[in-house]
Amino acid sequence: MVNLIWALLAVIGIIYAAFNGTMEEVNKAIFETLDEAIMITLSLAGVLIFWLGLMKIAEEAGLLKGLAKIFRPVVKRIFPDIPENHPALGYILSNMTANMFGLGNAATPMGLKAMKELKNLSGSDHASRSMITLLAINTSSLTLIPTTVIAIRMKYGAVDPTSIVSATILATLISTCAALLIDRYFYYRRKRAFRI
Amino acid sequence: MISIWLIPAIILIVLVTATLKKIPSYEVFVEGSKEGIQIAISLLPFLLGMMVSIAIFQASGAMGAILKVFDPLMSMIGVPEEILPLAFIRPISGTAALSMTTELIRTFGPESFIGQLASVMQGSTDTTLYIITVYFGAVGIKRMGDALKVGLLADLVGIIASIIIVLILFS
Repeated sequence: MVNLIWALLAVIGIIYAAFNGTMEEVNKAIFETLDEAIMITLSLAGVLIFWLGLMKIAEEAGLLKGLAKIFRPVVKRIFPDIPENHPALGYILSNMTANMFGLGNAATPMGLKAMKELKNLSGSDHASRSMITLLAINTSSLTLIPTTVIAIRMKYGAVDPTSIVSATILATLISTCAALLIDRYFYYRRKRAFRI
Repeated sequence: MISIWLIPAIILIVLVTATLKKIPSYEVFVEGSKEGIQIAISLLPFLLGMMVSIAIFQASGAMGAILKVFDPLMSMIGVPEEILPLAFIRPISGTAALSMTTELIRTFGPESFIGQLASVMQGSTDTTLYIITVYFGAVGIKRMGDALKVGLLADLVGIIASIIIVLILFS
């Protein structure tokens, strides 16, 4: 599916540009994006290097295990496939916690590390059930305090920049619950299809 | 603001605990962080490829044209059509969505209905395509199963939920 989306975006864009005389913009965009992708990866590298280093210390110090222990009942229900005491649990929890506080920069390295642990667990290049659930949680956004949005609202003179926080929390809650339900639905559909 | 204190606090807790437990923290840090370099490098092709396609789609004007098609439909349900590009772009491109949100807040004002809606929409959803690219790219998942469908459907629910909530709370 991602192959199709990837190819279609570019193909439609190029054909559209051919008919609408925007080929110059397309050319410019291609090469600007290459630079941008390198820059994003580089800044991501900094964040990854720092947080994965720090989290390794947290893991050795038993902090991730402690975190996993506290939230075990909840996480076990969301990720029934992960064996107890597996390191993936600690990373998943750090990912979720960082997301909740709007620390996107810290959340990504934890999420990636969790993915890596999940891959070790499944040992294949197919997305496992837990991997899809982890993605569902991340794509629906767990942000409780949308710091970036608040900052933008401040900049443009909002009387009450944080007035949207309660609405955002409510919307996030609904979309995350929906993501988990949709994820479950597709999982049971896959399971049924596999049996037949 | 809480997030300014949060990161230093995490660093403090981790380092104090490690030191008390006599863990060679600096050595462990370096060992763990090496993995970050690997992940970043293995990520680059996935990210770069996807970003180029999205850039072509956007720069050609095709995205704008597609959005125009949906205008009448949106005004039919009574949702301001200005918000539609944001709803459409949010799952695809994080930077584009952020600049759109900024633009909407600037043009209509943070306290306007559109300004509130854009803020909530931006805060309650995330860039599905980017997250899937990054998360699966980093560990080399080639078959993504239902991940994209789940992510996009969840976005749809999130967008509809933000519209309804903002309608109830602010209008």
